[in-house]
Amino acid sequence: MRKTEENIFKFLMILSTIIISSTLFLILYTIFSRGVGSLSWNMISKIPEGGFYIGKGGGILNAIIGSVYITFGSTLLGLLVSIPIVIYINVYAKKNSLLANITRLSYDILFGIPSIVYGAFGFAIMVYMGLKTSLLAGIITVTLMIIPILVRAIDEVVRVVPEDMSNSVYSLGGTRYETAKILLRQSIPGIITAILLSFGRAIGDAACVLFTAGFTDSIPTSLDQPAATLPLSIFFQLSSPIQEVQNRAYAAATILTIIVLIISIAAKIASKNLSKNII
Amino acid sequence: MIIQPHISIQNLNVHIGENHILKNINLDIPDKKVTSLIGPSGCGKTTLLKTMNRLLDRQTDVRVEGKVLVDGENIYDPKVEVTHIRKKMGLLSQRPFPLPMNIYDNIAYGQRIHGNNNKKDLDEIVEKHLRGVNLWDEVKDRLKSPATRLSIGQQQRLCLARGLAIEPEIILGDEPTSALDPISTQHIEELFLQLKEKYTIVLVTHILRQARRVSDYIGFVYMGEIIEFGPTEEILLNPKEKLTRDYVKGFLS
Ligand SMILES: Nc1ncnc2c1ncn2[C@@H]1O[C@H](COP(=O)(O)OP(=O)(O)OP(=O)(O)O)[C@@H](O)[C@H]1O
Ligand SMILES: [Mg+2]
Repeated sequence: MRKTEENIFKFLMILSTIIISSTLFLILYTIFSRGVGSLSWNMISKIPEGGFYIGKGGGILNAIIGSVYITFGSTLLGLLVSIPIVIYINVYAKKNSLLANITRLSYDILFGIPSIVYGAFGFAIMVYMGLKTSLLAGIITVTLMIIPILVRAIDEVVRVVPEDMSNSVYSLGGTRYETAKILLRQSIPGIITAILLSFGRAIGDAACVLFTAGFTDSIPTSLDQPAATLPLSIFFQLSSPIQEVQNRAYAAATILTIIVLIISIAAKIASKNLSKNII
Repeated sequence: MIIQPHISIQNLNVHIGENHILKNINLDIPDKKVTSLIGPSGCGKTTLLKTMNRLLDRQTDVRVEGKVLVDGENIYDPKVEVTHIRKKMGLLSQRPFPLPMNIYDNIAYGQRIHGNNNKKDLDEIVEKHLRGVNLWDEVKDRLKSPATRLSIGQQQRLCLARGLAIEPEIILGDEPTSALDPISTQHIEELFLQLKEKYTIVLVTHILRQARRVSDYIGFVYMGEIIEFGPTEEILLNPKEKLTRDYVKGFLS
């Protein structure tokens, strides 16, 4: 009887593993098989020639650079905001205090809000302040979207660090600030995972940047200029009726996927090296 | 008491949530002596120890009433600097918790956060305290490797050395030998006997023989109360209270 039970679960586990990995494989296959044909050195080294959603010439360097700017900018900005929040609710506020709980609840709610709402919110603020689409507006809107992801994911790992760890620091006469540093050090792998999660969301999100960063053929040289992004470049090219332009969308998707893969692998390696001292 | 107390606990009551954990504790810990706290599991020994360096403050829903005087100063006075109090005391917790850094940095950490960054100085301190806990020979070739790779017994000695390296005046040990083999236990006990020349030591222990070997005084804690306090021999061999007698009964047989 127990044997059968075990076998059923084993079967279910194998089945779900197969479904997950074959989905991943299928996505990669679809994107790559269509994209690789149009992938060329020009694609990644040139800006578009002759209009971004009708053109067949040039490349999408503008979108690659724009996406990199927005993703790195917002991840960095997001960390600068999120880490102090997590430290505050875990170290400075009393455990399970009202404020900490309200903060956690707020981020849980913000976490579930779709990105188009952030996009609309960013757009409303821009209109109110009389700003035009720009790299900065894009970065800020994406930052707002990923802060809940970062806070939640980092909080999740910081709060499970055993209390004895912080007690050790306090017993040695350490301040809360010193305790916070130790907690963060202990949480490095979790923080890296959080960064990865938000990086993936930031680089792949179209709705947030549509009205805020805008789109352009050129590479932005300052924060107040509009910036192209890979998701929008995929979107516009895919909407074209011309087969060749559509294929270029798959090439752009291939580039996007490769960037995410590279970052994931780099983060895994970094995490291994940085976390050798932790429990 | 004839001897000047180093820590004087007066009318201390501790509530955690709805529970009255420590009940009207009055206890004088003598200076430069070893005082053992004994008592059944869950009676409040750890809690009592944590009130002495205000580590209990960190817990939620804790209410502390009464006074704890250290060198005559009430450490629960709002004007008191908590980190300063804690620096005076090395707490060795029941379970060892190395910090997420290498062996050397674990020992040097306390010194560093209190502003000592002199490499030569730190090298000396690290070696001295690792030797003190009988760990030096085992780790001298891998000071830069993660402290978490040490065995539990080694970690306990590491944490002891880490606590001593801040050069406290008082050592609070919460069953500091519970994860050690007999040889290391003996070594730590000898260390305590040696340390009491310079430090006041409060030791929580379940091992009555250990209490006898190392301590000058014993306090018997039961259900959050100090039932009896007195010189070691008196408590173990000739207790006045029935509760104490029942607890130490097995000791002689
Ligand atoms: N955070 C807490 N919330 C509620 N009760 C607690 C809390 N911490 C400790 N207690 C209770 O306080 C009492 C004393 O605990 P304490 O850890 O001081 O016991 P102890 O004498 O050290 O026991 P042991 O010998 O097992 O270590 C126990 O009944 C415990 O359940
Ligand atoms: Mg205990």
